[in-house]
Amino acid sequence: MESFLSILIPVLAVGGLSILFGLLLAVASKIFHVHTDERIHEIRTHLPGANCGGCGYPGCDALADALLTNDELLCRCSALNEDQRNKIAEILGSTPSHTESKLAFVRCGGCNGNAKNQKKKYLYSGLADCTSASLLGGGAGACYYGCTGLGSCLKKCPFGALSLKNGVAVVDRNKCTGCGSCIAACPKGLIVLLPKTSAYAVACASLDRGVVTKSACDAGCIGCRICEKCCPEGAIRVENGLAVIDQGKCTGCGLCQNKCPRSSIVPV
Amino acid sequence: MIFDILTIFLSVALVGNYVFSQTLGICPFLGVSSSPSTALGMGLAVTFVMTLSNAATYLIFDLLLRDRFEYLQTVVFILVIASLVQLIEMMLKKLLPTLYRSLGIYLPLITTNCAVLAAANNAVSDESINGSFLFSTFYGFSAAIGFTIAIVIFSGVRARIDEEDVPKPFRGTPITLICAGIVAMIFNGLLSGIRF
Repeated sequence: MESFLSILIPVLAVGGLSILFGLLLAVASKIFHVHTDERIHEIRTHLPGANCGGCGYPGCDALADALLTNDELLCRCSALNEDQRNKIAEILGSTPSHTESKLAFVRCGGCNGNAKNQKKKYLYSGLADCTSASLLGGGAGACYYGCTGLGSCLKKCPFGALSLKNGVAVVDRNKCTGCGSCIAACPKGLIVLLPKTSAYAVACASLDRGVVTKSACDAGCIGCRICEKCCPEGAIRVENGLAVIDQGKCTGCGLCQNKCPRSSIVPV
Repeated sequence: MIFDILTIFLSVALVGNYVFSQTLGICPFLGVSSSPSTALGMGLAVTFVMTLSNAATYLIFDLLLRDRFEYLQTVVFILVIASLVQLIEMMLKKLLPTLYRSLGIYLPLITTNCAVLAAANNAVSDESINGSFLFSTFYGFSAAIGFTIAIVIFSGVRARIDEEDVPKPFRGTPITLICAGIVAMIFNGLLSGIRF
Protein backbone atom coordinates (compact mmCIF):
# COMPACT_ATOMS: atom_id res chain seq x y z
CA MET A 1 0.00 0.00 0.00
CA GLU A 2 2.82 2.31 0.95
CA SER A 3 4.65 1.83 -2.33
CA PHE A 4 1.40 2.04 -4.29
CA LEU A 5 0.64 5.42 -2.77
CA SER A 6 4.17 6.68 -3.44
CA ILE A 7 3.46 6.14 -7.14
CA LEU A 8 -0.17 7.22 -7.16
CA ILE A 9 0.31 10.60 -5.50
CA PRO A 10 2.92 11.96 -7.94
CA VAL A 11 0.88 10.61 -10.86
CA LEU A 12 -2.20 12.37 -9.58
CA ALA A 13 -0.24 15.52 -8.86
CA VAL A 14 1.28 15.80 -12.34
CA GLY A 15 -1.89 14.56 -14.03
CA GLY A 16 -3.98 16.99 -12.02
CA LEU A 17 -1.67 19.86 -12.89
CA SER A 18 -1.81 18.98 -16.60
CA ILE A 19 -5.61 18.88 -16.56
CA LEU A 20 -5.71 22.13 -14.61
CA PHE A 21 -3.40 23.87 -17.08
CA GLY A 22 -5.34 22.38 -19.98
CA LEU A 23 -8.60 23.77 -18.64
CA LEU A 24 -6.95 27.09 -17.91
CA LEU A 25 -5.70 27.36 -21.48
CA ALA A 26 -9.08 26.33 -22.84
CA VAL A 27 -10.78 29.06 -20.81
CA ALA A 28 -8.09 31.57 -21.78
CA SER A 29 -8.49 30.77 -25.47
CA LYS A 30 -12.20 31.64 -25.14
CA ILE A 31 -11.55 34.83 -23.19
CA PHE A 32 -8.69 36.05 -25.35
CA HIS A 33 -10.15 34.90 -28.65
CA VAL A 34 -9.30 37.30 -31.46
CA HIS A 35 -11.55 37.28 -34.48
CA THR A 36 -9.47 37.07 -37.65
CA ASP A 37 -10.88 37.19 -41.13
CA GLU A 38 -10.39 33.75 -42.72
CA ARG A 39 -9.78 35.42 -46.05
CA ILE A 40 -6.39 36.65 -44.79
CA HIS A 41 -5.14 33.08 -44.71
CA GLU A 42 -6.52 32.36 -48.18
CA ILE A 43 -4.99 35.50 -49.65
CA ARG A 44 -1.72 34.71 -47.95
CA THR A 45 -1.47 31.35 -49.72
CA HIS A 46 -1.66 33.09 -53.10
CA LEU A 47 0.89 35.80 -52.28
CA PRO A 48 4.50 34.96 -53.18
CA GLY A 49 5.66 34.74 -49.56
CA ALA A 50 9.08 36.24 -50.23
CA ASN A 51 8.45 39.15 -47.81
CA CYS A 52 10.45 41.40 -50.13
CA GLY A 53 8.73 44.57 -48.94
CA GLY A 54 8.33 45.86 -52.50
CA CYS A 55 4.68 46.72 -51.79
CA GLY A 56 5.60 49.07 -48.96
CA TYR A 57 4.32 46.73 -46.23
CA PRO A 58 6.65 44.81 -43.87
CA GLY A 59 5.78 41.46 -45.43
CA CYS A 60 3.18 39.39 -47.25
CA ASP A 61 1.10 38.96 -44.08
CA ALA A 62 0.85 42.71 -43.64
CA LEU A 63 -0.16 43.17 -47.27
CA ALA A 64 -2.82 40.44 -46.96
CA ASP A 65 -4.20 42.29 -43.97
CA ALA A 66 -4.22 45.62 -45.79
CA LEU A 67 -5.81 44.11 -48.91
CA LEU A 68 -8.98 43.32 -46.99
CA THR A 69 -9.77 46.98 -46.55
CA ASN A 70 -8.32 48.28 -49.79
CA ASP A 71 -8.25 45.92 -52.78
CA GLU A 72 -6.52 48.50 -54.98
CA LEU A 73 -3.31 47.63 -53.16
CA LEU A 74 -3.19 44.43 -55.20
CA CYS A 75 -1.25 46.22 -57.94
CA ARG A 76 1.49 47.01 -55.42
CA CYS A 77 2.73 43.42 -55.46
CA SER A 78 4.83 43.04 -58.57
CA ALA A 79 5.75 39.44 -57.84
CA LEU A 80 2.24 38.12 -58.52
CA ASN A 81 1.56 36.36 -61.79
CA GLU A 82 -1.72 36.79 -63.65
CA ASP A 83 -3.20 33.62 -62.18
CA GLN A 84 -2.47 34.51 -58.57
CA ARG A 85 -3.73 38.05 -59.07
CA ASN A 86 -7.04 36.78 -60.42
CA LYS A 87 -7.44 34.33 -57.55
CA ILE A 88 -6.87 37.00 -54.91
CA ALA A 89 -9.25 39.37 -56.67
CA GLU A 90 -11.82 36.58 -56.63
CA ILE A 91 -11.41 36.14 -52.87
CA LEU A 92 -11.77 39.87 -52.37
CA GLY A 93 -14.71 40.01 -54.77
CA SER A 94 -13.19 42.69 -56.97
CA THR A 95 -12.13 42.89 -60.58
CA PRO A 96 -8.39 42.40 -61.08
CA SER A 97 -6.58 45.52 -62.17
CA HIS A 98 -3.96 45.04 -64.81
CA THR A 99 -0.54 46.32 -64.05
CA GLU A 100 2.49 46.39 -66.22
CA SER A 101 4.97 43.83 -64.94
CA LYS A 102 8.53 45.01 -64.57
CA LEU A 103 11.95 43.54 -64.88
CA ALA A 104 15.21 44.58 -63.27
CA PHE A 105 18.07 45.39 -65.61
CA VAL A 106 21.75 45.96 -64.76
CA ARG A 107 23.08 48.85 -66.79
CA CYS A 108 26.56 47.42 -67.17
CA GLY A 109 27.58 45.00 -69.88
CA GLY A 110 30.82 44.07 -68.15
CA CYS A 111 33.04 45.04 -71.09
CA ASN A 112 31.39 42.45 -73.31
CA GLY A 113 32.09 39.58 -70.92
CA ASN A 114 35.64 40.75 -70.53
CA ALA A 115 35.33 42.60 -67.21
CA LYS A 116 37.77 40.39 -65.33
CA ASN A 117 40.60 41.09 -67.76
CA GLN A 118 40.20 44.86 -67.60
CA LYS A 119 42.86 47.04 -66.05
CA LYS A 120 42.31 47.73 -62.36
CA LYS A 121 43.05 51.01 -60.62
CA TYR A 122 44.28 49.09 -57.59
CA LEU A 123 43.95 45.69 -55.95
CA TYR A 124 40.93 45.65 -53.66
CA SER A 125 41.04 43.26 -50.72
CA GLY A 126 38.45 44.54 -48.27
CA LEU A 127 34.92 43.57 -47.31
CA ALA A 128 33.15 41.68 -50.09
CA ASP A 129 30.55 44.43 -50.33
CA CYS A 130 29.88 46.83 -53.21
CA THR A 131 29.31 49.89 -51.02
CA SER A 132 32.60 49.44 -49.16
CA ALA A 133 34.46 48.92 -52.42
CA SER A 134 32.93 51.91 -54.16
CA LEU A 135 33.83 54.21 -51.25
CA LEU A 136 37.50 53.76 -52.17
CA GLY A 137 37.83 55.95 -55.24
CA GLY A 138 34.70 54.54 -56.82
CA GLY A 139 35.89 50.95 -56.77
CA ALA A 140 38.86 49.14 -58.22
CA GLY A 141 37.57 48.94 -61.79
CA ALA A 142 38.95 51.29 -64.42
CA CYS A 143 35.40 52.44 -65.22
CA TYR A 144 33.96 54.65 -62.51
CA TYR A 145 30.37 53.78 -63.44
CA GLY A 146 30.73 50.01 -63.86
CA CYS A 147 29.56 47.07 -61.76
CA THR A 148 32.06 46.22 -59.01
CA GLY A 149 31.16 42.54 -59.33
CA LEU A 150 31.05 41.91 -55.59
CA GLY A 151 27.39 40.97 -55.65
CA SER A 152 25.72 43.01 -52.90
CA CYS A 153 22.54 42.94 -55.00
CA LEU A 154 22.60 39.13 -55.06
CA LYS A 155 22.05 39.00 -51.33
CA LYS A 156 19.08 41.40 -51.52
CA CYS A 157 17.12 39.49 -54.16
CA PRO A 158 14.43 37.41 -52.43
CA PHE A 159 13.85 35.39 -55.59
CA GLY A 160 17.43 34.42 -56.42
CA ALA A 161 17.16 36.07 -59.81
CA LEU A 162 20.57 37.76 -59.80
CA SER A 163 23.86 36.03 -60.44
CA LEU A 164 27.43 37.02 -61.21
CA LYS A 165 28.53 36.24 -64.74
CA ASN A 166 32.06 37.15 -65.81
CA GLY A 167 32.35 39.56 -62.88
CA VAL A 168 29.10 41.45 -63.51
CA ALA A 169 25.63 41.05 -61.98
CA VAL A 170 23.12 39.59 -64.44
CA VAL A 171 19.32 39.34 -64.05
CA ASP A 172 17.58 36.06 -64.83
CA ARG A 173 14.41 37.30 -66.50
CA ASN A 174 12.51 34.09 -65.71
CA LYS A 175 13.06 34.50 -61.98
CA CYS A 176 12.89 38.32 -61.70
CA THR A 177 9.52 39.62 -60.52
CA GLY A 178 10.39 43.31 -60.67
CA CYS A 179 10.00 43.92 -56.93
CA GLY A 180 12.92 46.35 -56.96
CA SER A 181 14.60 45.07 -53.78
CA CYS A 182 17.97 45.11 -55.51
CA ILE A 183 17.88 48.74 -56.65
CA ALA A 184 18.97 50.23 -53.33
CA ALA A 185 21.75 47.65 -52.91
CA CYS A 186 23.75 49.00 -55.87
CA PRO A 187 25.96 51.93 -54.82
CA LYS A 188 26.44 52.78 -58.50
CA GLY A 189 22.70 52.97 -59.16
CA LEU A 190 23.10 50.55 -62.05
CA ILE A 191 19.88 48.61 -61.57
CA VAL A 192 16.70 49.99 -63.12
CA LEU A 193 13.22 48.58 -63.62
CA LEU A 194 12.14 48.19 -67.24
CA PRO A 195 8.73 47.10 -68.53
CA LYS A 196 8.84 43.33 -68.98
CA THR A 197 7.94 43.82 -72.65
CA SER A 198 11.18 45.72 -73.32
CA ALA A 199 13.24 44.23 -76.14
CA TYR A 200 16.50 46.17 -75.97
CA ALA A 201 18.32 48.25 -73.38
CA VAL A 202 21.59 50.11 -73.09
CA ALA A 203 23.94 48.05 -70.94
CA CYS A 204 26.06 51.00 -69.89
CA ALA A 205 25.74 53.81 -67.39
CA SER A 206 28.96 55.68 -68.14
CA LEU A 207 28.62 59.46 -68.36
CA ASP A 208 32.33 59.84 -69.21
CA ARG A 209 33.46 61.29 -72.51
CA GLY A 210 33.91 58.77 -75.28
CA VAL A 211 37.70 58.73 -75.06
CA VAL A 212 37.66 57.94 -71.36
CA THR A 213 35.02 55.23 -71.73
CA LYS A 214 36.89 53.69 -74.62
CA SER A 215 40.11 53.42 -72.65
CA ALA A 216 38.40 51.71 -69.71
CA CYS A 217 35.99 49.35 -71.41
CA ASP A 218 35.48 47.30 -74.58
CA ALA A 219 31.75 47.83 -74.74
CA GLY A 220 30.82 51.13 -73.05
CA CYS A 221 28.56 53.64 -74.77
CA ILE A 222 30.62 56.52 -76.18
CA GLY A 223 27.66 58.65 -77.18
CA CYS A 224 28.35 58.46 -80.93
CA ARG A 225 24.66 58.97 -81.80
CA ILE A 226 24.61 56.26 -84.49
CA CYS A 227 21.68 54.56 -82.74
CA GLU A 228 19.86 57.88 -82.38
CA LYS A 229 20.11 58.46 -86.11
CA CYS A 230 19.25 54.92 -87.22
CA CYS A 231 16.18 54.37 -85.00
CA PRO A 232 13.10 54.53 -87.27
CA GLU A 233 10.81 55.32 -84.33
CA GLY A 234 12.98 58.05 -82.80
CA ALA A 235 12.99 56.12 -79.55
CA ILE A 236 16.67 56.64 -78.75
CA ARG A 237 18.24 59.84 -77.54
CA VAL A 238 21.80 60.50 -76.39
CA GLU A 239 21.88 62.43 -73.12
CA ASN A 240 25.15 63.41 -71.41
CA GLY A 241 27.09 61.07 -73.66
CA LEU A 242 24.88 58.07 -72.97
CA ALA A 243 22.18 56.52 -75.16
CA VAL A 244 18.74 56.22 -73.56
CA ILE A 245 15.95 54.09 -75.04
CA ASP A 246 12.35 55.24 -74.62
CA GLN A 247 10.69 51.86 -74.02
CA GLY A 248 7.29 53.33 -74.81
CA LYS A 249 8.30 54.09 -78.40
CA CYS A 250 10.65 51.14 -79.01
CA THR A 251 9.17 48.50 -81.31
CA GLY A 252 12.01 46.03 -80.82
CA CYS A 253 13.20 46.06 -84.44
CA GLY A 254 16.78 45.48 -83.32
CA LEU A 255 18.32 47.91 -85.80
CA CYS A 256 20.18 49.79 -83.06
CA GLN A 257 21.78 46.62 -81.74
CA ASN A 258 23.14 45.82 -85.21
CA LYS A 259 24.39 49.34 -85.82
CA CYS A 260 26.02 49.99 -82.42
CA PRO A 261 29.81 49.98 -82.98
CA ARG A 262 30.44 49.30 -79.28
CA SER A 263 27.83 46.57 -78.74
CA SER A 264 26.45 48.55 -75.80
CA ILE A 265 22.84 47.83 -76.78
CA VAL A 266 21.76 44.37 -75.74
CA PRO A 267 18.56 42.33 -75.79
CA VAL A 268 16.95 42.45 -72.33
CA MET B 1 19.83 43.25 0.07
CA ILE B 2 21.43 45.39 -2.62
CA PHE B 3 24.57 43.31 -2.39
CA ASP B 4 22.51 40.14 -2.87
CA ILE B 5 20.80 41.57 -5.93
CA LEU B 6 24.11 42.67 -7.40
CA THR B 7 25.62 39.25 -6.70
CA ILE B 8 22.77 37.47 -8.47
CA PHE B 9 22.93 39.81 -11.45
CA LEU B 10 26.69 39.65 -11.93
CA SER B 11 26.99 35.93 -11.35
CA VAL B 12 24.16 34.99 -13.72
CA ALA B 13 24.24 37.69 -16.38
CA LEU B 14 27.99 38.14 -16.74
CA VAL B 15 30.31 35.69 -14.98
CA GLY B 16 28.09 32.64 -15.37
CA ASN B 17 26.53 33.83 -18.62
CA TYR B 18 24.01 31.24 -19.80
CA VAL B 19 25.24 31.19 -23.37
CA PHE B 20 28.96 31.78 -23.07
CA SER B 21 29.91 29.87 -19.93
CA GLN B 22 27.02 27.42 -19.44
CA THR B 23 26.29 26.78 -23.16
CA LEU B 24 22.55 26.94 -22.67
CA GLY B 25 20.11 28.28 -25.26
CA ILE B 26 22.50 27.73 -28.15
CA CYS B 27 19.73 27.01 -30.67
CA PRO B 28 18.20 30.53 -30.66
CA PHE B 29 21.69 31.96 -30.12
CA LEU B 30 22.79 30.58 -33.50
CA GLY B 31 19.42 30.66 -35.22
CA VAL B 32 18.15 34.17 -34.54
CA SER B 33 21.41 36.14 -34.39
CA SER B 34 21.70 37.01 -38.07
CA SER B 35 20.89 40.70 -37.54
CA PRO B 36 21.01 42.94 -34.45
CA SER B 37 17.33 43.90 -34.64
CA THR B 38 16.01 40.32 -34.66
CA ALA B 39 18.55 39.38 -32.00
CA LEU B 40 17.26 42.15 -29.76
CA GLY B 41 13.67 41.04 -30.40
CA MET B 42 14.53 37.48 -29.43
CA GLY B 43 16.43 38.71 -26.36
CA LEU B 44 13.48 40.78 -25.20
CA ALA B 45 11.06 37.90 -25.75
CA VAL B 46 13.32 35.59 -23.73
CA THR B 47 13.59 38.20 -20.96
CA PHE B 48 9.82 38.50 -20.86
CA VAL B 49 9.19 34.76 -20.70
CA MET B 50 12.09 33.89 -18.39
CA THR B 51 11.10 36.44 -15.77
CA LEU B 52 7.49 35.29 -15.73
CA SER B 53 8.34 31.59 -15.90
CA ASN B 54 10.74 31.87 -12.99
CA ALA B 55 8.05 33.54 -10.93
CA ALA B 56 5.49 30.86 -11.85
CA THR B 57 7.77 27.86 -11.40
CA TYR B 58 9.01 29.13 -8.06
CA LEU B 59 5.45 29.46 -6.78
CA ILE B 60 4.54 25.97 -7.99
CA PHE B 61 7.71 24.57 -6.46
CA ASP B 62 7.09 26.28 -3.14
CA LEU B 63 3.42 25.37 -2.86
CA LEU B 64 3.43 21.88 -4.30
CA LEU B 65 6.78 20.22 -4.66
CA ARG B 66 9.08 21.37 -1.88
CA ASP B 67 10.00 18.60 0.61
CA ARG B 68 7.41 16.29 -0.96
CA PHE B 69 8.26 15.27 -4.49
CA GLU B 70 11.15 17.43 -5.58
CA TYR B 71 12.18 14.77 -8.10
CA LEU B 72 9.21 15.81 -10.27
CA GLN B 73 10.70 19.28 -10.61
CA THR B 74 11.85 18.99 -14.24
CA VAL B 75 8.63 17.43 -15.52
CA VAL B 76 6.41 19.93 -13.77
CA PHE B 77 8.55 22.88 -14.82
CA ILE B 78 8.36 21.92 -18.48
CA LEU B 79 4.59 21.72 -18.13
CA VAL B 80 4.39 25.09 -16.41
CA ILE B 81 6.67 26.86 -18.90
CA ALA B 82 4.89 25.45 -21.96
CA SER B 83 1.44 26.42 -20.66
CA LEU B 84 2.69 29.82 -19.56
CA VAL B 85 4.10 30.65 -22.98
CA GLN B 86 0.81 29.60 -24.60
CA LEU B 87 -1.12 31.76 -22.18
CA ILE B 88 1.16 34.76 -22.68
CA GLU B 89 0.84 34.40 -26.43
CA MET B 90 -2.96 34.46 -26.25
CA MET B 91 -3.02 37.39 -23.87
CA LEU B 92 -0.60 39.43 -25.95
CA LYS B 93 -2.58 38.73 -29.12
CA LYS B 94 -5.70 40.12 -27.50
CA LEU B 95 -4.42 42.86 -25.23
CA LEU B 96 -1.18 44.14 -26.79
CA PRO B 97 -1.30 43.41 -30.55
CA THR B 98 1.71 45.63 -31.26
CA LEU B 99 3.92 43.76 -28.81
CA TYR B 100 2.52 40.49 -30.15
CA ARG B 101 3.53 41.41 -33.68
CA SER B 102 7.10 42.19 -32.65
CA LEU B 103 7.57 39.24 -30.28
CA GLY B 104 5.04 36.84 -31.78
CA ILE B 105 7.34 34.87 -34.04
CA TYR B 106 9.85 34.29 -31.26
CA LEU B 107 7.46 33.21 -28.51
CA PRO B 108 6.77 29.64 -29.70
CA LEU B 109 10.52 29.15 -30.13
CA ILE B 110 11.06 29.91 -26.47
CA THR B 111 8.74 27.15 -25.18
CA THR B 112 11.44 24.56 -25.67
CA ASN B 113 14.42 26.78 -24.94
CA CYS B 114 16.63 24.94 -22.47
CA ALA B 115 17.87 28.20 -20.95
CA VAL B 116 14.36 28.90 -19.61
CA LEU B 117 14.16 25.48 -17.95
CA ALA B 118 17.70 25.81 -16.61
CA ALA B 119 16.91 29.20 -15.08
CA ALA B 120 13.85 27.75 -13.35
CA ASN B 121 15.78 24.70 -12.15
CA ASN B 122 18.77 26.68 -10.92
CA ALA B 123 16.66 29.28 -9.16
CA VAL B 124 15.09 26.76 -6.79
CA SER B 125 18.41 25.14 -5.92
CA ASP B 126 20.74 28.17 -5.91
CA GLU B 127 21.90 29.18 -2.44
CA SER B 128 22.07 32.88 -3.20
CA ILE B 129 18.30 32.85 -3.87
CA ASN B 130 17.75 31.86 -0.26
CA GLY B 131 14.19 30.73 -0.78
CA SER B 132 12.90 34.12 -1.80
CA PHE B 133 10.25 34.55 -4.51
CA LEU B 134 11.53 37.98 -5.55
CA PHE B 135 15.13 36.80 -5.83
CA SER B 136 14.03 33.85 -7.94
CA THR B 137 12.19 36.14 -10.34
CA PHE B 138 15.17 38.44 -10.48
CA TYR B 139 17.41 35.43 -11.14
CA GLY B 140 15.35 34.64 -14.25
CA PHE B 141 15.47 38.27 -15.35
CA SER B 142 19.26 38.45 -14.92
CA ALA B 143 19.85 35.21 -16.79
CA ALA B 144 17.73 36.52 -19.67
CA ILE B 145 19.61 39.83 -19.70
CA GLY B 146 22.81 37.80 -19.96
CA PHE B 147 21.28 35.89 -22.88
CA THR B 148 20.26 39.16 -24.56
CA ILE B 149 23.76 40.61 -24.14
CA ALA B 150 25.27 37.47 -25.66
CA ILE B 151 22.94 37.27 -28.64
CA VAL B 152 23.19 40.98 -29.47
CA ILE B 153 27.01 40.96 -29.24
CA PHE B 154 27.12 37.90 -31.46
CA SER B 155 24.75 39.36 -34.05
CA GLY B 156 27.28 42.18 -34.49
CA VAL B 157 30.03 39.62 -35.04
CA ARG B 158 27.88 37.78 -37.58
CA ALA B 159 27.16 40.97 -39.50
CA ARG B 160 30.92 41.26 -40.00
CA ILE B 161 31.31 37.61 -41.01
CA ASP B 162 28.62 38.02 -43.68
CA GLU B 163 30.66 40.72 -45.36
CA GLU B 164 33.88 38.76 -45.32
CA ASP B 165 35.16 36.48 -48.01
CA VAL B 166 35.09 33.25 -45.98
CA PRO B 167 36.85 30.17 -47.45
CA LYS B 168 34.24 27.91 -49.01
CA PRO B 169 34.37 24.92 -46.59
CA PHE B 170 33.83 27.28 -43.64
CA ARG B 171 30.85 29.21 -45.01
CA GLY B 172 27.64 29.17 -43.01
CA THR B 173 27.45 27.17 -39.80
CA PRO B 174 31.15 26.20 -39.42
CA ILE B 175 32.45 29.77 -39.31
CA THR B 176 29.52 30.79 -37.07
CA LEU B 177 30.41 28.07 -34.54
CA ILE B 178 34.11 28.94 -34.63
CA CYS B 179 33.32 32.60 -34.01
CA ALA B 180 30.86 31.70 -31.22
CA GLY B 181 33.69 29.81 -29.53
CA ILE B 182 36.09 32.73 -29.88
CA VAL B 183 33.51 35.22 -28.55
CA ALA B 184 32.81 32.90 -25.59
CA MET B 185 36.54 32.69 -24.83
CA ILE B 186 36.90 36.46 -24.94
CA PHE B 187 33.84 36.93 -22.74
CA ASN B 188 35.08 34.45 -20.15
CA GLY B 189 38.63 35.76 -20.36
CA LEU B 190 37.51 39.31 -19.59
CA LEU B 191 35.48 38.23 -16.58
CA SER B 192 37.62 35.42 -15.21
CA GLY B 193 39.24 37.81 -12.73
CA ILE B 194 35.93 38.41 -10.96
CA ARG B 195 35.18 36.05 -8.09
CA PHE B 196 32.33 36.05 -5.63
